[in-house]
Amino acid sequence: MSHPMHKDYTGAKLGMWLFLFTELLLFSGLFLLYAVYLRRYPHEFTTAGKQLNWVLGSANTVILLTSSLFAAMAVTAAQRSEARRAVGLIGGTILCATGFMIIKYFEWSAKIGHGIYPGSEHLKAGAPGESVFFGLYYMTTGIHGLHVLIGGGLLAWIAAKVKGGSVNAEHFVLLENGALYWHLVDLIWIFIFPLYYLIL
Amino acid sequence: MREQHHIISYRTLTLVWIALLVLTVVTVLVTRFDLGGYRVLVALAVASLKAGLVIAVFMHMKHEGRLLRALLFVALVAIAVNIGFTFFDVLYR
Amino acid sequence: MNQVEQADIPAAGGFWNDTGKRGITAWIFSTDHKRIGLLYLYSVFGFFLVGAVLGLLLRIELMAPGRTIMNAQTYNALFTVHGVVMIFLFIIPGFQGSFGNLVMPIQIGARDVSFPRLNLLSWWLFIIGAVIIVVALFTGGGPPDTGWTFYVPFSSRTGTNVSLAVFGVFVIGFSSILTGLNFVTTIHRLRAEGMSWSRVPLFTWSLYATAWVQILATPILAITLVLVMAERLLGTGLFDPGQGGDPIMYQHLFWIYSHPAVYIMILPAMGVISDIVPVFSRKPIFGYKMIAFSSLAIAAAGSIVWGHHMFTSGMSDTAVLVFSFLTFIVAIPSAIKVFNWVSTLYKGSISLEAPMLFALSFILLFSIGGLSGLILGAAATDIHVHDTHFVVGHFHYVMFGGAGFAFFAAMHYWLPKFYGRRYAEKPAVIAWALMFTGFNILYFTMQVLGMRGMPRRYYDYLPEFAPLNLVATIGSWILAAGLVLMVINLFRGLFKGAEFSGNPWGGATLEWSVPTPPPSENFLQEPVVTHGPYDYRGAGIP
Repeated sequence: MSHPMHKDYTGAKLGMWLFLFTELLLFSGLFLLYAVYLRRYPHEFTTAGKQLNWVLGSANTVILLTSSLFAAMAVTAAQRSEARRAVGLIGGTILCATGFMIIKYFEWSAKIGHGIYPGSEHLKAGAPGESVFFGLYYMTTGIHGLHVLIGGGLLAWIAAKVKGGSVNAEHFVLLENGALYWHLVDLIWIFIFPLYYLIL
Repeated sequence: MREQHHIISYRTLTLVWIALLVLTVVTVLVTRFDLGGYRVLVALAVASLKAGLVIAVFMHMKHEGRLLRALLFVALVAIAVNIGFTFFDVLYR
Repeated sequence: MNQVEQADIPAAGGFWNDTGKRGITAWIFSTDHKRIGLLYLYSVFGFFLVGAVLGLLLRIELMAPGRTIMNAQTYNALFTVHGVVMIFLFIIPGFQGSFGNLVMPIQIGARDVSFPRLNLLSWWLFIIGAVIIVVALFTGGGPPDTGWTFYVPFSSRTGTNVSLAVFGVFVIGFSSILTGLNFVTTIHRLRAEGMSWSRVPLFTWSLYATAWVQILATPILAITLVLVMAERLLGTGLFDPGQGGDPIMYQHLFWIYSHPAVYIMILPAMGVISDIVPVFSRKPIFGYKMIAFSSLAIAAAGSIVWGHHMFTSGMSDTAVLVFSFLTFIVAIPSAIKVFNWVSTLYKGSISLEAPMLFALSFILLFSIGGLSGLILGAAATDIHVHDTHFVVGHFHYVMFGGAGFAFFAAMHYWLPKFYGRRYAEKPAVIAWALMFTGFNILYFTMQVLGMRGMPRRYYDYLPEFAPLNLVATIGSWILAAGLVLMVINLFRGLFKGAEFSGNPWGGATLEWSVPTPPPSENFLQEPVVTHGPYDYRGAGIP
């Protein structure tokens, strides 16, 4: 059934923001557990945190911040009817996302190679606080990584729409919402980074 | 219903990006020092500042109406309450 | 054209036959909020009947001490499935999905919700989640036996199919979130001209508050369930003391969602009552602003009291004190509502038709449930009755006597408008009387049993509890008889009953101003609202 509903730009964005709130709340559950267990195991968290590679973490932070910049610029480009540039910028975001996931992959495989993964014998034999730290680390970065993948896919789909012209200077709310989602991914990482990589 | 869209210039976006990078360097440097229990606080304060920049400029919150800001505030309060009230248990157990 | 004239135009089937398409695809792929509302209504009510049958079986088992019709493991599985079905498949999606979808857009003068396709996706996710839960019952290690709360450490160790059931609930949570954000956006953006916030009907107000709870609380459930799945599948150990985890943290996370969730269940019910009571009292609602405000206050206060489910969990005494105190705050906005409904009745010209009977019994049953809630909210008395049938009685008074009866009230009040036909009044009243009687015999007896120390979730009990358990079980049969009569009368009436058109109840909210059944985009012309939702004179109703 075709609804001749008028395009409600503000409504669409409000809906997206509400969805972002749910994402924030979702991660807040993990941060809640982090706060509680950090208080209980301050020393174990420090020792465990030292085993994470802060250089790789910093690199990923820079990559995500840059990807966010590209996403924000893509919105500006679309608003200024610079479709080609917008597509290129989204491409930049997706490229950064790929880089982020590659670094993540090496990080995880190095850890797993050392026998550090949820339920591993190594963690079970070690201090209980470390097991909790890594459990949280894998859950948080895992779910965050999933969001990176979803956000990348979403932006690729939107880039096709920008290229096809259905997302343009008049109707760019889809791109803006996609970018909002991407910024959220960045936002979560801004907190993950110091809490897991730098508390040492 | 014609709505005003604010366009944020590439220049502003780039400046914010540079600020974010600087803040990232600051967190890394600061957490290298032994600040004791304050380390977490400082790291979180810088992270919040970064998050604020992303929300205000990248996410256009600076140019949104009061409604969206109020709603964001509600969501953040909900998070603070969830974490804070749990500590009535954790701190005094 | 004023509203009364518009309502009297024969609609020739309205949204029922406007698409040109026939068959089931015209329904399960429709983005019309009314069709989605009916899809929800039939699905959730179907699950309600399933849950009711399970409840009856549980009562038969408890009729006499020892094994009556099932063994302990079956009993554990049945009460778990009863809880999961009733909570996640009936009462949480129930109001928002069915009557929220059917009525809310019309009440605010909109043609549909803000995101019609997302609305359809919500229903699909609900059905997919429900199918996953049903599959979980017959695969893996069999139906979960944890209780609907999925408490660790048992839920992370039991051999039953908890993982899949939990995943089903996760999907349904997604559906709930999408409905919530859809409704908040709709109510903010699509109110008709003249529909200021102080003219928004109280049912819609309650849906607005509910939608916020869905948005802010459900994600916590989602992450909690993901963590339970991770415990089971990966052995993360975040809740396992052996690996440094803390099982009480599971309870915190679970109740951070699940306590606000009880307001997802009861707030829309209160909204239904706030719309029905004034119409059948022929009086404007008393204290409109306070009722609207108290919905938000309940949503807010309800989000900070989760700890009262955990008084005996080993949580700190400070937390017990704080959460116990906060719990009493929720009683204030709830009481505001009850007093305002009663004040609305005062000197009204009350007509005791079926919707009103259900609404009035809501006020009584909810009050009993709410007051017994205070006994549980006070830490000292809670420790005495914790995990007894007193708790079971309490939440059935609130959830079934409250939300359930309000659901039945809404069915009698609104469904005729959407079908153009109505049920027969006399059987409806008899059904109500049976249900009301059976309900009280069943659940009041449970509360007495609980006071005397009968624990919940046990399939066997001491012989001294036998007589009262028999009474309760007989009550459940009376309740079931009333339910069967109500269902037959209601649905027979909707398809074959007397014609229903215009605005026979005399409601002043917008849904009574549209043709019967409402046409596909609700209004023949864009409505301009010039009066409040309970201003009968302004609406031109004699």
